[in-house]
Amino acid sequence: MIVPPEARGRFLAALAILTVAAIAASMFLGLKSLDWAAVCQGTSGGVDAEIFWRVRLPRVCLGFLAGSALAASGMAFQAMFRNPLATPYTLGVSSGASLGAALYVKFGLALGLTGLPWLPLAAFLGAAGSISLVYGLTRASRGFSTATLLLAGVAISFFFTSFIVFIQYIGDLTTSFRVARWLMGGLETVGFGPVLQVLPFAFPGILAVLCLGHELDLLAIGEDIASARGVAVRTIKKIIFFVASLMVGGVVAACGPIGFVGLIVPHVGRLVIGPRHRELAPFTVLAGGAFLVLCDALGRSLIAPMEIPVGIITALLGGPFFLALLLRGRSERENI
Amino acid sequence: MIDEPLINVDRLAVRRGGRLVLNGLSFALRPGGFLCVTGPNGAGKTTLLLALMRQVAIAEGRIRLAGRALSDYPQRDLAKLMGYIPQADGRPVSFSVEEFILLGRYPHWRRFSTVTAEDRRALRDAMALTGTEVFARRSVSTLSGGERQKVFIAAALAQESRILLLDEPTAFLDPRQQAEVSGLLRRLNRERGVTVMMVTHDINLGAFCADEILAIRDGASAYSGPASGFYKPDVLEDLYRIPFEVVGEGSGGPLRVFHR
Repeated sequence: MIVPPEARGRFLAALAILTVAAIAASMFLGLKSLDWAAVCQGTSGGVDAEIFWRVRLPRVCLGFLAGSALAASGMAFQAMFRNPLATPYTLGVSSGASLGAALYVKFGLALGLTGLPWLPLAAFLGAAGSISLVYGLTRASRGFSTATLLLAGVAISFFFTSFIVFIQYIGDLTTSFRVARWLMGGLETVGFGPVLQVLPFAFPGILAVLCLGHELDLLAIGEDIASARGVAVRTIKKIIFFVASLMVGGVVAACGPIGFVGLIVPHVGRLVIGPRHRELAPFTVLAGGAFLVLCDALGRSLIAPMEIPVGIITALLGGPFFLALLLRGRSERENI
Repeated sequence: MIDEPLINVDRLAVRRGGRLVLNGLSFALRPGGFLCVTGPNGAGKTTLLLALMRQVAIAEGRIRLAGRALSDYPQRDLAKLMGYIPQADGRPVSFSVEEFILLGRYPHWRRFSTVTAEDRRALRDAMALTGTEVFARRSVSTLSGGERQKVFIAAALAQESRILLLDEPTAFLDPRQQAEVSGLLRRLNRERGVTVMMVTHDINLGAFCADEILAIRDGASAYSGPASGFYKPDVLEDLYRIPFEVVGEGSGGPLRVFHR
């Protein structure tokens, strides 16, 4: 741990300030450099203000929310499965959510359901379904060893992905292309609609991981120990899996399956601030949001005027990171 | 009532995988007692522990703790009454020793409470009793088997529960570490008045620490009573079906048991 226990509070405060600064800076990155004076005039400020208030700001907000939620759900999965490689992406939970969303787009829209945010709800159901599957599978084979967990995740991912490919196949060209593009993961948004849509899905989970620090600590040690220390294990597990499904479902519905945020951020957090979730959770929420916003800024500027979808950026960074962790885990002890 | 047993198990039956693993098991553990639960493999020792920790469903019978039905306890109240030390399985624990022991205070915490002076005192006491202060800042995962076991005992002590449940506390330890851990358990019981229930194969460990023995065979009690009555060749032979020799009787020191 780089930060000693006494300094962790101050470190988190500094990180919060840094996060805000990074987000503010990234809003001025982009195809068109904005005139600050025009932006300040609000809606009457012409094109520059329009770009800032309707495109850049919502995009950054969406990125922060999605990054926080994905990192928080990754951290929660790692504690629940007692394995540092458990993330929404590696466990197949993102694929489940994607399938839920794709099924809704293909068949559900025709039902003309209104009144509720059906798309993220469908993604939530897909996420919850795959969590139950992967948890049941790994539990049936006794224990969450890396091999079992990753195999179960890969199997579930393949299974769901083939369904998605099938939906693309039977769909028309436009639908197929839209699904394919959405599967790359991106934060394109116009207006605050998507932000407001993700918020109720992301917020309960972020709040839960911030409040359940001790419970996550104890569950990461083992369910027997957690239970012996007085944690109502079944209840807490249900809460965590429920809010994690909400987070993944909400984010996947709005942004597509963005991978590896839930792997990189909590892992760096453990190195920097230590394994205690009282400190790790705020780190993960802050740094997860900032990380995705910065990745998106990178995606917008690397090959400008074209944009790289943020999911590709995180995968390019995350793939090698994942491999390094996997290789290191073989030689050293696996630590959560 | 002061003489009410802390643990009272009455005609307990537990079914696992369609088989009755425990069938009509009864025993009681008084406050301040040190009970060693032993018996052949597959007799149901582990299942008894799981039943006490509410990890398996009870098919028949009753378990009462301190005069209250086990099923009535909220999880935190149960933790305040009964601590648990699992068999050393080398599971990864990335917390520092101090952080890990402090988590033993969980049942005494509220949602947003910070660490109190009381928590600090319990932490210091637990570490002093177990001799774990020297590696307070080290990660639990870097400790040896014996050090780890002492840290797990310290965490259960910080919990300040009246009963300690232990599963094979000296398995996989070298003789010196075994002696340290068993000596520690005996001191905790004799000097601190902690009630101990220990599940083990090692009947010599029971002879060293325990004042009462519960021997389980085929899911029911084969011997239940004072340790002195258990360490007899005929009782042991009846339980394990091989001949035994008991050494050290009348010496005042602990008995040793050998099979012939």
